[in-house]
Amino acid sequence: MCADQTILANREGLRSGNLSPMQQVRAAGGRAPDPHVTGGWLSMQEYADGEEVDFAIVGTGAGGGTLAAELAEAGFSVVAFDAGPYFRPLEDFASDETAQSQLFWTDKRIVDGDNPLKMGSNNSGKAVGGSTVHYAMVALRQRPESFASRTKQGFGADWPISWQEMWRYYTKAEDALKISGPIRYPWGPKRPRYPYRPHDLNAAALMLAKGAEALGIDWTETPLATVSAPRGKSPPCVYRGFCRVGCSTNAKQSALVTFIPRAIRAGAEVRDLAMVGRIEVNKDGRATGLHYHRAGQWRFQRARNVIVAGYAIESPRLLLNSATDRHPDGLANSSGLVGKYLMTQSNQAVFGVMDDEVRWNKGPPSLAITEHWNYDDRKDFFGGYIHMSQGPLPVEWSSVLTGSKGLWGDALLGELDKYNHQVGLKMVGEMMPQERNQVTLADEVDQYGLRVARITYSWCDNDKAMIKHALDFMQQQAEAAGVKEIFRQKNDTNHLAGTIRMGADRRTSVVNADCRSWDIPNLFVCDGSVFPTTGGVNPSLTIQALALRTADRIKELSRRGEL
Amino acid sequence: MPDRQPDPVEEGRFPGYDVLRKRSSMSWNDRTREVVDRRLAVERGPRTLSADAFRCLEAVCAQIVPQNQGPSFAPLAAYVDEGLTLGLGPGYRNAELPEAPEAWAKALAALDATAQREHDAVFAALDDAQQKSLLQRMQKGELSGPEWTDVPPKLFFSQHVLTDIVAAWAAHPSAWSRIGFGGPASPRGYVRMGFGMRDSWEAAEAHPGQEAKAARENRRVR
Ligand SMILES: Cc1cc2nc3c(=O)[nH]c(=O)nc-3n(C[C@H](O)[C@H](O)[C@H](O)COP(=O)(O)OP(=O)(O)OC[C@H]3O[C@@H](n4cnc5c(N)ncnc54)[C@H](O)[C@@H]3O)c2cc1C
Ligand code: SF4
Repeated sequence: MCADQTILANREGLRSGNLSPMQQVRAAGGRAPDPHVTGGWLSMQEYADGEEVDFAIVGTGAGGGTLAAELAEAGFSVVAFDAGPYFRPLEDFASDETAQSQLFWTDKRIVDGDNPLKMGSNNSGKAVGGSTVHYAMVALRQRPESFASRTKQGFGADWPISWQEMWRYYTKAEDALKISGPIRYPWGPKRPRYPYRPHDLNAAALMLAKGAEALGIDWTETPLATVSAPRGKSPPCVYRGFCRVGCSTNAKQSALVTFIPRAIRAGAEVRDLAMVGRIEVNKDGRATGLHYHRAGQWRFQRARNVIVAGYAIESPRLLLNSATDRHPDGLANSSGLVGKYLMTQSNQAVFGVMDDEVRWNKGPPSLAITEHWNYDDRKDFFGGYIHMSQGPLPVEWSSVLTGSKGLWGDALLGELDKYNHQVGLKMVGEMMPQERNQVTLADEVDQYGLRVARITYSWCDNDKAMIKHALDFMQQQAEAAGVKEIFRQKNDTNHLAGTIRMGADRRTSVVNADCRSWDIPNLFVCDGSVFPTTGGVNPSLTIQALALRTADRIKELSRRGEL
Repeated sequence: MPDRQPDPVEEGRFPGYDVLRKRSSMSWNDRTREVVDRRLAVERGPRTLSADAFRCLEAVCAQIVPQNQGPSFAPLAAYVDEGLTLGLGPGYRNAELPEAPEAWAKALAALDATAQREHDAVFAALDDAQQKSLLQRMQKGELSGPEWTDVPPKLFFSQHVLTDIVAAWAAHPSAWSRIGFGGPASPRGYVRMGFGMRDSWEAAEAHPGQEAKAARENRRVR
């Protein structure tokens, strides 16, 4: 074991010496944990390594988890692998920021570029259910024009799918997750009613509303993937506010409590603590299965089709690490674009204090939103952004104060003492797809002996212009709401996309509209890495809508004998 | 049982508030009790850093987060060292810095070497003003010399000194009590969400002239 064993991420598990789900495989022996029941199990079908399953899926997050359920329910044999543990939130999740770093992908990665990305808690999860286990549940639709940025807005690249089709799948995804949202959404084409009523606003959200009304722009309750009324075994949200480190009550509609149990009930096998290291391709150029590491051993699962769903760092890393003599630049890479056009989203914020007590830690962190600048085109940069109210917990908040203001000593403590009066507005902004922002392989290896990702990121002038616009506007809005002592968090980014972009032309994209590799016909990609542009909203509902579409396309291709 | 008895601070914004009084309430589930108990029982001595480095680190921690000695003292150096021992990290590394254990060892040695050169004493033996000034120069990247070649001081200060030490403090119940944070909240969350609204299991803020009232309410927080 090397010093970097980041299985060690579970500080608390190690302290206790107990075998935690971080260290011991749970989905085995014909059963998998039931995330809804303390100590509970679901019976699970299992497949032998030598059995050629219809689909081997790498990753069980927003993309992979959704697809696993859909394909299993369509009668295909499915094995889904995840490098992370299989949690039962009710018994495994502490109400504690530090202990819950167990949810994040903290394996070794190297960052560089002019604006190196923060990874870990900021950007990716490692668990059955993927990053949806710790995401903030904001469930938004991209604006119609975002699917045709090149032809409608003059930048980036068009998606090979029409907005009308994507919006039909959004409706399905919203229903599958029982999104709680406003009765009337103020922006864009008419959309159906959200399945569940909106959540109550906390004071942090009321500040956004107050500022928006003072400036004469629209605002609304944020559509969220946490239920506002009971749903099956999920109780309604209790406004505890620890969402970004995992929901211990299961109100959050993560893939772990929605699609994963559906997949298992429909006959899929989920393998936890199973790290896929390489996809095998035969001389005919078809994938034959994958090599994975589980319980101390490398094994090989045969499969008719392979689906890569490890998100925008791990998916390209896997394709690059699967290079062979015939595919020296990595799999599916005849375009040379695997790993290129990495995008994050600008996540800058303004923070300040109010005279009244706010207690922004209560409730989900982003209860109110305005999409005003996604739909208003009077601006001097490409793309759009939203902004939302905020509620960071103490560890995260102190890192904002040290990161943005460089505070320490009494100055730091004096600022932290204002915690209960603090408010903030934070953007989620569209960054431009740039070829130079990319994932490549470093020479260093991780605990499995696999070469690690080097993540290179630099902002362009358009990114900077949007950030400036958003910071100025959010400051104006906060001031209009009576916020004082305002300061700017200028360096934050969040969410990933790109690196295996989809498109209509095999020379300029890696996968087609069905998320199928142009080069290897039985290899699909189903996660945020296929985005040609990232839009001005949080990505996961789009990933889930796309996964639902990909499932329909795969079923159709199978019916036609074209798989 | 909690490792220590509640130790309410009688001054400050939240007089009499101790988040640990909520330990047996509906706001703490078993898993939370387990991890916080273990945090409070952290081993105090160094396991990865040398004794010299650890002494230096303790002095740095006292500057970054000034604390009173007493039952609520959070042993921040021990948490940083524990993180290095367990190989914990944020999951990425700036290409210009070595791995965390090596970076910390080198930076603390460099701080001592600089202190020796300039003041003829190790960092921990300097007076308050000298320590502050060295740390300020480190933060601005104004320290130089061969001992700093592998650990660019400015980058190390932002990526490790501020990050690791402050995160350890903000994860400690003493910090939660001081800033009036409700602390763990599962399965019981919150009900009253609007401006100026407080659930009875949250800290009460002392408004001028009302300190005694706040202290009374805080002693009832469970
Ligand atoms: C703190 C935070 C808050 C967020 N909040 C929101 C939000 O409010 N709204 C929103 O829309 N989005 C949000 N996001 C982003 C969202 O979580 C992601 O965009 C989304 O989950 C990505 O889906 P995915 O399927 O591409 O990957 P993931 O959900 O990350 O799933 C990938 C999975 O693949 C596994 N994996 C990777 N490589 C391998 C391998 N080689 N072998 C085996 N398994 C592997 C990983 O362990 C992981 O579980 C947030 C993200 C973070 C970090
Ligand atoms: S606020 Fe709601 S969604 Fe968030 S962690 Fe609590 S119960 Fe779960």
